[in-house]
Amino acid sequence: MTIQFNEETFRDDYTFKNSDWAIQRFPFPFHEDSYMYSVNMEQHRGGPEGSIYEKRFDVDEHYVAEMRDRAMVLADDPLRCQSLPHMTLAGWDLLELIMVSKSEDYPDLFELHRDGDQWRWVNKPLGIDDTFTFLDETTLPYGPMEYITRQAQGDFCVLDQRDDNLWMDAGTVTTQADWSLDFDIGMNFFEWHAPVPLAHEKGIFVRALKFLLNIQQGSPARRLNWTMTVNPLLDTSPENYHKWGIQKTTITPDNIGQKQHLRVELQTFFRLPRSNALVFPIRCYLCNFDDMMTMPKWGRRLHRVIRDLPEELATYKGFIDNRPMMLDYLAKFDDGLPTSPGIWPDKDSEPPLQA
Amino acid sequence: MSKFEFPQSIRSRPVWGTLEPRAGKHHLMIADAQGAEAILDVATPELMTGAHIIFIAKGTDYGDKLRALNPAQYYEGPSYEAAASRIQRVLQDAKMSTQVYLSGTESLMGQAMRECTNAGIPYTAVQTEHRGSTARRMQCVHCKGITEDVAIDPFVCSHCGLNLFVRDHYSRRLAAYQGVCIDAEDPGNVPPSKGIYE
Amino acid sequence: MSGAEKIDVTVTEIVAVNELVTRFKFERTDGGLLPTFSGGAHTVVEMKDGAITRMNPYSLMSDPMDQSAYTISVRRDDEGRGGSLFMHNNVSVGDKMVISYPVNLFSLDLRAKKQLFIAGGIGITPFLSQIKQMERLGGAWELHYACRNAALGSYVDELLSAHPYEAHVYYDDEKQAIALEELLNGQPVGTHVYVCGPKGMINWVRATTEKLGWPREAVHYEEFLAPQPGKPFEVKLAVSNKVIQVGEDESLLEAMERSGVDAPYLCRGGACGQCETRVIDYSGNFIHRDHWLEDDEHASGEKIMPCVSRFEGKTLVLDR
Repeated sequence: MTIQFNEETFRDDYTFKNSDWAIQRFPFPFHEDSYMYSVNMEQHRGGPEGSIYEKRFDVDEHYVAEMRDRAMVLADDPLRCQSLPHMTLAGWDLLELIMVSKSEDYPDLFELHRDGDQWRWVNKPLGIDDTFTFLDETTLPYGPMEYITRQAQGDFCVLDQRDDNLWMDAGTVTTQADWSLDFDIGMNFFEWHAPVPLAHEKGIFVRALKFLLNIQQGSPARRLNWTMTVNPLLDTSPENYHKWGIQKTTITPDNIGQKQHLRVELQTFFRLPRSNALVFPIRCYLCNFDDMMTMPKWGRRLHRVIRDLPEELATYKGFIDNRPMMLDYLAKFDDGLPTSPGIWPDKDSEPPLQA
Repeated sequence: MSKFEFPQSIRSRPVWGTLEPRAGKHHLMIADAQGAEAILDVATPELMTGAHIIFIAKGTDYGDKLRALNPAQYYEGPSYEAAASRIQRVLQDAKMSTQVYLSGTESLMGQAMRECTNAGIPYTAVQTEHRGSTARRMQCVHCKGITEDVAIDPFVCSHCGLNLFVRDHYSRRLAAYQGVCIDAEDPGNVPPSKGIYE
Repeated sequence: MSGAEKIDVTVTEIVAVNELVTRFKFERTDGGLLPTFSGGAHTVVEMKDGAITRMNPYSLMSDPMDQSAYTISVRRDDEGRGGSLFMHNNVSVGDKMVISYPVNLFSLDLRAKKQLFIAGGIGITPFLSQIKQMERLGGAWELHYACRNAALGSYVDELLSAHPYEAHVYYDDEKQAIALEELLNGQPVGTHVYVCGPKGMINWVRATTEKLGWPREAVHYEEFLAPQPGKPFEVKLAVSNKVIQVGEDESLLEAMERSGVDAPYLCRGGACGQCETRVIDYSGNFIHRDHWLEDDEHASGEKIMPCVSRFEGKTLVLDR
């Protein structure tokens, strides 16, 4: 299978669009009709064919456009990609992990040729063909983490493990749900999660950390997280909040179906071998309400989840002001019928919307 | 009364302690203004034989009392910036058993703490005690500029002029709290400023 | 499934290092490459000893970047239950074995301005891979290695000839001892100390660093315990609804596995905390041997680490 890459933008004129294929494989994050934090971890060992879970690093129709958007963000603000000095080895680990995974999982798109330390990397969608010496920074145009994350969708946090904690000591973060790598770099697991409401009290982070510290080589894990974004804006950064925040007020009953996007993060976790660090890729998938409503099950469920979400969470996720308008829209897609368990759309078994 | 009870907050907000004498041959003590009181409280003749006190007076007159403790080394400077290169120089030669004591404003403790961690002392091993002003050192998340001595919320960034609200989210690496634009979704609608702890 | 991922390997070399220590080399049976790892990592080696499957952790001592083979060194423990004896007496070149993916509970703090390694006896093995990592990637390090005598000093010659300035060796028989207090007192800020060796040595280094005012985060240690034999005892497993007997020569964890109970584990040496199990009820005495639980947890009777700890008494009911 060869992917047809979209010509699209995630800013200004927002020409981002999901094909039918992309909508069907959208990672709808709610496995039941309500939502509360949980340590919803599972092994990351493939998944249904064509799903976003199938490959170690999912590549889709947005790949080329997302990489172009990342290059623009980094040109505007190089602080979005930082690595503390002791994290260079972890950067090489990450480069190897992504190159090996992508060349094995998408041999038509990526090639890796290794002869000892001499590596040749071919990235056909981005037109890259580079030869370099593994573990020699002078042979790459950027540091190893920056080099490879300019060629991989999603944000990447590289976490050092020490003192029974994880430390946000490196990362490339340009598609974030309103948090700043530049501010959070160097923090431990509890500190960078400090602003999240309710979850600390529920012991979520203590349990999650215990799980993550024990992720071993060869046994990656994954979970989904979500928030809401107006317009298909990848770079919802605190740095630029004074520029994009106003867009939240542009929602009207007429345009909400097109403008309001559910923003889902596929979070995966891999132990890195040489550095014993943990890499935490956060891959962002966007889908607007109109497209999501083509799946009757998702329409019913999204209405119930948003309606019943605790106020603190709606505030933290930044859509408390727009929630009434969202519910007016979503209510039309909820006929009260029961929904099947699990996140998949179940198109064959879920009945169409009953008028 | 120079002691202040900070309200409970989120996990990234630093929690300051109370200085206690510790074992070790070398004791580096850095304080500003009323922070001197915490040094006076913890000082013992044994500690002072290996103590290096670095004091930023900020118009206070604790200097004579500190000098009277008879520390092995004493320095008094006009500002943290003026003392910074001295602090770095002292830490360069520090041993693993060197004990560090910081007291005074959050800005002083935060910046001196950063020098310690850069030198290789874990932040958990550095003792702290807050005294004096509760004003904060704030980073504007938008322009990255630091505004010192912020006592009100919201406040105006001294670099880019945006109206920022004061978060409790704190970065040890920047030695600063985070300031975020308060009127991004409703430009011009800025509530009147209050004291941060009002 | 519990534990780390497994790898099928073939034993390709066995070398007697000295009277007590033997080195084993493993290569992938399918001819492929082994995963790279970080200095200080261990692998859990499975041994089919009759009806019992023993799984012991051993530090990887080979170059972490070398994917062609792993090596471990095993010290013969004549009083133990037989894991090391099995390796010494029953394993031959060409044997097929199963080992785990590398797991690191003793990794280097890469921020350190200097790494100070303190080894006692067979505790030298994790440092051998860490030293190779430091040499490859750069950075200051120093080794202080205490052995009983020259004949039992594993890898002393190699270390001294390759690293004459960094490696320092002390022989107990010649009344040589590490001048620990002086050594620690001189260390510049940013130094991390790592100790691996007998329990007494670990306690000595930890106590001395504490006395000298070293930060806890700068002191790292690892000691794998081999499970010790003991009197047989009976355990009720509440979740699985089973009553099992723990034999003299098997650990509680091994007895659970033999009974088909999938109990979590990682290091099997009392260090990692994975197998921590809640005690529901008991009447008798625990023989706690792990490094994981705190003293007050040991005294509480509420938790046990089944990989190394045992029980003597009438009843023991576990939440497993």
